[in-house]
Amino acid sequence: MKRALARVLAGLIFGAGLALAGMTLPGKVLAFLDVTGAWDPSLLFVLGGAVLTAMLGYQLVFRLGHPLFDTRFHLPPTQPIDGALLLGSALFGIGWGIAGYCPGPAVALLAVPRNPEALVFLGGLVGGVLLAGLLQPGDASSAQDD
Amino acid sequence: MSLNPYLSSLAGGVLIGAAAVLLMLCNGRIAGISGMVRGLLGRDGVAVCGRLLFLGSLVAGAALVERWSGQVPQARADFPGWLLGLAGVLVGLGTSLAQGCTSGHGVCGLARFSPRSLVAVLVFLGVAMLTTFAVRHLWGIA
Repeated sequence: MKRALARVLAGLIFGAGLALAGMTLPGKVLAFLDVTGAWDPSLLFVLGGAVLTAMLGYQLVFRLGHPLFDTRFHLPPTQPIDGALLLGSALFGIGWGIAGYCPGPAVALLAVPRNPEALVFLGGLVGGVLLAGLLQPGDASSAQDD
Repeated sequence: MSLNPYLSSLAGGVLIGAAAVLLMLCNGRIAGISGMVRGLLGRDGVAVCGRLLFLGSLVAGAALVERWSGQVPQARADFPGWLLGLAGVLVGLGTSLAQGCTSGHGVCGLARFSPRSLVAVLVFLGVAMLTTFAVRHLWGIA
């Protein structure tokens, strides 16, 4: 129950942060990625603010030895920098650079009723996830981001 | 209402980071969106429930702020639908292979000094910038 409440609160704050930061606006994201056009550098402050906050917060949290509502931290195992990481990151970069949605803002599209981009992009995203499952049938690890 | 883009971006980033810290503090979990979406397609009912709680709350949090700020994402009039769908496939496939996206690698991974995440971020950010250049300036789609 406590863990469920923590998920709800963290999700609310995360979604609010995405929208406040302008990350849910694909035009703004593409204006940031378009360094040769009318470049909008403000999204650097999103990444900077998020990483610094998480870096400082994690340092304090890890000193506790274990999370408040669980017996241990569920951190991803150390893995090598391999072809799947490089290829996957490159494919993700192509998709992000085309549309301006990474997964968080893509999910947040559901906040807007009747935006036709939600169905098309999220449909593609789910298809891509299922395709990866077919390509890597034995690989159920999702530790890095879960 | 109009917000200073730098201040609101910084404040939004701090909120995203704070949410990641909260999830680690309480549950010991990485706040990675692509992994949660991927996990929704798994068979573990309890885990699916937890991910749905987070993702559903994310949608609610974004909706509240968008209503307050008036900055609501609009569908683009001239953007080809097939290209949008293809981009979605690439994002789903790529983040699955790389086991992370802007949140899992970009925020949480960098925050815990993961070399894998640093490489992932440099690759997807660089490729995204090249792609946006190609689509907008070579191909003429904006």
